[in-house]
Amino acid sequence: MSDVEEAVTRVHHEEWARVVAALTRRFGDLDIAEEAAAEAFAAAVQRWPADGIPPSPGAWLTTTANRKAIDRIRRENKRDDKQKEAQMVYGDDPPEPVGAIDDDRLRLIFTCCHPALAMQTRVALTLRMVAGLTVPEIARAFLAQETAMGQRITRAKAKIKAARIPYRVPAAQDLPARVCGVLAVLYLVFNEGYLATGPDTDPVRHDLTAEAIRLTRLIRALMPADGEVAGLLALMLLTDARRAARVSAGGELVTLDEQDRGTWDAALIAEGHRLVRERLAAAAAGVAPGRYQILAAISAVHTCARDIRDTDWSQVVALYDQLVRIDPSPVIALNRAIAVAEIDGPQVALAAVGRLEDKLAGYHAYHATRADLLRRLGRSQQSRAAYDQAIELAGNTAETAYLTRRRDQLR
Amino acid sequence: MQYLVSVIDDKSNPGSTDRRPAISAFNERLIAEGYWVFAGGLADTDAATVIDNRGEQAVFSDGPFVESKEYLAGVWVWEAPDLDVALKLAAEASKVCDRKIEVRPFQ
Repeated sequence: MSDVEEAVTRVHHEEWARVVAALTRRFGDLDIAEEAAAEAFAAAVQRWPADGIPPSPGAWLTTTANRKAIDRIRRENKRDDKQKEAQMVYGDDPPEPVGAIDDDRLRLIFTCCHPALAMQTRVALTLRMVAGLTVPEIARAFLAQETAMGQRITRAKAKIKAARIPYRVPAAQDLPARVCGVLAVLYLVFNEGYLATGPDTDPVRHDLTAEAIRLTRLIRALMPADGEVAGLLALMLLTDARRAARVSAGGELVTLDEQDRGTWDAALIAEGHRLVRERLAAAAAGVAPGRYQILAAISAVHTCARDIRDTDWSQVVALYDQLVRIDPSPVIALNRAIAVAEIDGPQVALAAVGRLEDKLAGYHAYHATRADLLRRLGRSQQSRAAYDQAIELAGNTAETAYLTRRRDQLR
Repeated sequence: MQYLVSVIDDKSNPGSTDRRPAISAFNERLIAEGYWVFAGGLADTDAATVIDNRGEQAVFSDGPFVESKEYLAGVWVWEAPDLDVALKLAAEASKVCDRKIEVRPFQ
């Protein structure tokens, strides 16, 4: 990659959201902002090799994008005068959340992750408007048709305009719920990267995990006082730190107990642990931790252990107990049972897992967990049947390979 | 910005019938706070008639244009600055009416 190409890529990462957000605020229209930002970056690709990289690339891009947007509005105003009517509502005096910087990018994020939009739409819109991924890139990430993905984003922008979804940071009393909605979008992107579905994709999509972490870092910078933002960032870092150990050379998923812990990324773990310690201090001061903070703490217990046998399982179970109290979902109960097996044995865990059958019969991890517990209890025939069901439901190529080997090793 | 706020009832699982006083109080508030434009409860869908006069002759059919378990039981029109305000009111309206609410912007 040439210096200029590298600079454009870096500036794109750093400045895209800022340019789109500033333009959206100025022109009150996501469509215009997106198109003008894209045109400005295209102009940079064209001109910087000859003209050189401007001393302040961000300012150059904003100025160029502003000019492109004004050109477009002039063109359109000749056709119709409805532009002004459709302007987005921009809260001039937004309620200042504690510790937040008043940043247009934050408005942009909250608008893209608005609860009146479907989850998949929020994800697509956030990746396009905030992360700056192209429509083909987003379509590829979610194995969707490019045209369908393009339409999804177009419809979302039209709804934001028609229904007047506002461009502002929510009021303080609405903030926790809305932040939770934003984090759910980022966690979904991360998980799709970490356990990619689909027969033809890589088992771990680093592009998606990296993008999710980058966006979470951005929100962390914008809302440094939010505990759940810190929690989610820590959770992502501590999960991503294990990426190199997660898939074997043969393309098979490697479970936590068999991972080569020497290949874990020490820097990411250190950063994740710092964040978890910060939240533990807050919890000690009486701030009740949310689900991401607890999940991060569980990850911290695992990444503290140099060997699977050093894992403090009672701590893990205690954290899951805390999590169950705020999130009584069956998936959490399943993960708790896995930890319980390490303390009370597979028999007790199997009974706990069995109680989840009604809710999790269509979830591959339920069957994989049962298969493993039955294997440990020497109940090979039942274990084989459970592996069969898990394999049928699993969507990740590396996981399917792992489950198949485990099944075939049964005596 | 005006929004059509539809109250949706379910024939197989109708909302409670004792909501009138609470709805009246909610309406008073909508008026006092400047959101209220219009409101009305609707008679049963059995009382509806569909007219199609696109052809030679007007054709009348007995009943609603679409038969479904869920149906429109009443409407509001609200004036609100943005969707967040409308959704917040709609969340209250759903509790007050004991029914689902759809919020749809006018063009």
